[in-house]
Amino acid sequence: MADQTLPIAGTVDVTPPRRSTAMLLEWLHGWVVTVDHKRLGILYLVYGIFFLLVAGAEAIAIRIQLAWPGMHFLSPELYNEMFTMHGTTMVFLVGMTIIFGFANYLVPLMIGARDMAFPRLNAFSFWMTAFGGLLIYYSFIGGFGLYGMGAAPDVGWWAYAPLTAKAFSPGHATDYWALALIVAGFGTLGTAINVIATTLSMRCRGMTLLRMPLFVWLMLVTSGLTLITITPLTAAQIMLVIDRYLGGHFFDTQAGGSAVVWMHFFWIFGHPEVYVLVMPAFGIASEIIPVFSRKAIFGYPAMVAASVGIAFVSLGVWAHHMFTVGMTSVGNAFFVLSTMLVGIPTGIKIFNWVATIWGGKIRFATPMLFCLGFLFQFLIAGLTGIMLSVAPWNWQLHNSYFVIAHFHYVLVGAIVFNVFAGIYYWYPKVTGRMLSETLGKWHFWLFFIGFHVTFDTMHFVGFLGMPRSIYTYEPDRGWNHLNFIISMGGMIQAIAVLIFAWNLVHSYLKGKKAGNDPWDAWTLEWAVPSPPPVYNFAADPVVHSRRPLWDLKHPEDPDWKYEA
Amino acid sequence: MKLRKREHGAKAIRVISLPALCFFAMAARAAWADGPEATPSIFAPASTPASNILDLSWFVLAITGGIFVSVGGLLAYAVIRYRARATDDDSEPPQIYGSTQVELAWTVIPILIVVVLFLTTARIIFAIQDAPKPQVALDVTVVGHQYWWEFRYPKLGIVTANELHVPVSTRLEPKPTFLHLLSADVDHSFWVPQLAGKTDLIPNHPNDTWIDPYHTGVYVGQCAQFCGVEHAKMLLRVYVDTPEEFDAWVKQQQRPGEQDASVAAGRHVFETEACTNCHRITGTAAAGTFGPDLTHLASRTTIASGAARNTAENLHAWIEDPDHFKPGALMPAMQLNEEQINELVAYLNTLH
Repeated sequence: MADQTLPIAGTVDVTPPRRSTAMLLEWLHGWVVTVDHKRLGILYLVYGIFFLLVAGAEAIAIRIQLAWPGMHFLSPELYNEMFTMHGTTMVFLVGMTIIFGFANYLVPLMIGARDMAFPRLNAFSFWMTAFGGLLIYYSFIGGFGLYGMGAAPDVGWWAYAPLTAKAFSPGHATDYWALALIVAGFGTLGTAINVIATTLSMRCRGMTLLRMPLFVWLMLVTSGLTLITITPLTAAQIMLVIDRYLGGHFFDTQAGGSAVVWMHFFWIFGHPEVYVLVMPAFGIASEIIPVFSRKAIFGYPAMVAASVGIAFVSLGVWAHHMFTVGMTSVGNAFFVLSTMLVGIPTGIKIFNWVATIWGGKIRFATPMLFCLGFLFQFLIAGLTGIMLSVAPWNWQLHNSYFVIAHFHYVLVGAIVFNVFAGIYYWYPKVTGRMLSETLGKWHFWLFFIGFHVTFDTMHFVGFLGMPRSIYTYEPDRGWNHLNFIISMGGMIQAIAVLIFAWNLVHSYLKGKKAGNDPWDAWTLEWAVPSPPPVYNFAADPVVHSRRPLWDLKHPEDPDWKYEA
Repeated sequence: MKLRKREHGAKAIRVISLPALCFFAMAARAAWADGPEATPSIFAPASTPASNILDLSWFVLAITGGIFVSVGGLLAYAVIRYRARATDDDSEPPQIYGSTQVELAWTVIPILIVVVLFLTTARIIFAIQDAPKPQVALDVTVVGHQYWWEFRYPKLGIVTANELHVPVSTRLEPKPTFLHLLSADVDHSFWVPQLAGKTDLIPNHPNDTWIDPYHTGVYVGQCAQFCGVEHAKMLLRVYVDTPEEFDAWVKQQQRPGEQDASVAAGRHVFETEACTNCHRITGTAAAGTFGPDLTHLASRTTIASGAARNTAENLHAWIEDPDHFKPGALMPAMQLNEEQINELVAYLNTLH
């Protein structure tokens, strides 16, 4: 399948790779001191996948506890720690690290650069994020400090004041939560600056902004959004620490502070954060769907405009998380409108992906299966989002399982599906070996079925009035069977993820050799060997269109003739 | 080979769709039952705010359902119609880069849908949130506590806990209840799905909401904003009474605590142990405000904010060790001996 004879003049290095003869310690040292964007990308991804398994295990513990009313699998305290850590881990240690892993690895390769703009800042950022993760998990041992045994944070990943005040959360668990996220947040800011600088100043000759792959565009927009959103979160956490240790009263309601101000700070971060996570997923889909449909992306300029539009509008919708806190009716109406507006650019994106598939020759390899799952689920997630934006209905659905279902449709149905798609798609580039397609299909179908069993059902139990964050429920509410079904779906997903983890390891050792370009794709990363040499490109490539490898493969009908 | 694969697919669809259909039927049946019941379904409203919301929901569901069917249908059609086939040659399909007309169309249509949805939504927001309070309305102040509800009827001089009594409100004799929502500690949220959407109870940030239940009966709900260890057992019961029942209940609740000489020993335990630090019983020395008012404890169906039924055994178990029903509840185990607990339970049982 792979065509090895398509170098962009001089880009492919023909020197055979040198066998490493390093000792274990030297090898380890090499990874710790590395400033290579590819190695840091791999570190981010391995770190993210490790915590995906950890937070997944926490989710399973939650679902065992809720499988039946009155279960005693977890104590109430431990249950609250589990859902707090599940949410915090998935957002900050899994989502953020995996998207920046992809960005680190792919952005320089896709724009024909040899590294990120600031390699040392890049290494610093990764290790800050890594230490943030270690710090928050250390709370399991050190959370109560001198008070006794350890305890993880148990205030919810949204950590609403004043539950986080010293009076209601003694010990150090909440401090670990705030400090760990401040540390990890600085790492995130560093990487965001790096991605912006790289895309703006490191592009190869001919790579104008409007010839960048959509993945790079979306990472640029995401990074800009990250700079705007992580900042208020960090500020709020510093205020929280001041409240807890220096006698500040920002959020301490017993001393006249405001609980509502915390909510504003948190959601001006929290809502754009969803787009920070989902836009790289859009980027992945925008690379994979065209390649496996064998067609150029439909409406590239509209896709770019829609991405920028979503980022812009997403900064003005945060209070739709606060329809029940007693805003004025005019305030509520404003946030209804701004939230519904997000649907327009998002709709454009969905239509463009469908139009890309339309008229193609679809190859159902594992990456494409995950992307198609994403399209279907993201459509539903968008529509349940519209339902939640309807403020009066939100007064019913807010903090119910319907909300849990909705945001897992986004975070799992859209983001995790595309992350899996991206891993199946680029694993050959990173390791030089293909992931097993057989295991990949098992992974996809089990995960797809498990996902729908779990999260489709959650919508209904939400309609029936079940609130979130409860460690158990009354047996006479009519929620028993539905919860059991949800828990079973969780188990199916867990099996699928274990198959995936096995596939990663097995294929690394025994996988089929990939070659440079196993998918017959069109962007620059496929022009270099797999895995790419340290310097990426032996000579700087020159591009003339959005799909440089298409031009090479089809000299009779190159893209640059058609692109505006 | 190809044929066999297709048969396989059709069978798989049948296998998946049957249980799915059964499941949706089951969920629908649970969701559409009418009147007061144990399942607090938002599809079984019994009060104007809840039923206004449900009407709006149907409208939004119809629009989003229409979008789902049309876009989902297009996606499914494209995936099936344009799949690669074994008979295909190696050529690439025609490359299409975009189309201004088509893209304009699918930008304008969503804009129109958003306008319609927004205007409909705004109308209901104003109708519910800015509804004028009629003279006849009943006022209740709800105070959220870590893991229980305090209900105060300022004009009637009643204080009770966890079980809210309100009169039924009919079209001929409207008698809505306006709730003023406060919190004594952390954030909580008042949610009885069949009566109204939820509204948060936030310290330093008083809120208001209202209900006008038009069917009598018991409606259940619970705290909907995570508030700590026992958030799950901060349950709510709303009793919608006929006007006569409600008047009788008011009269009973306005009386001071029962003074039954036969349980004087229990009353002595109550007044001399630490109970009085947190609980109040009018007509006795107990005037604590940290825990629920117990003046008419025996008139309530449940104890511990709905965590257990109000029986002598449960009361005994609760006093002996609150963690038995609610591990993490703020009431401490009082370290009373068996005799003291029995006397205490006998006394509390007389507090009608």
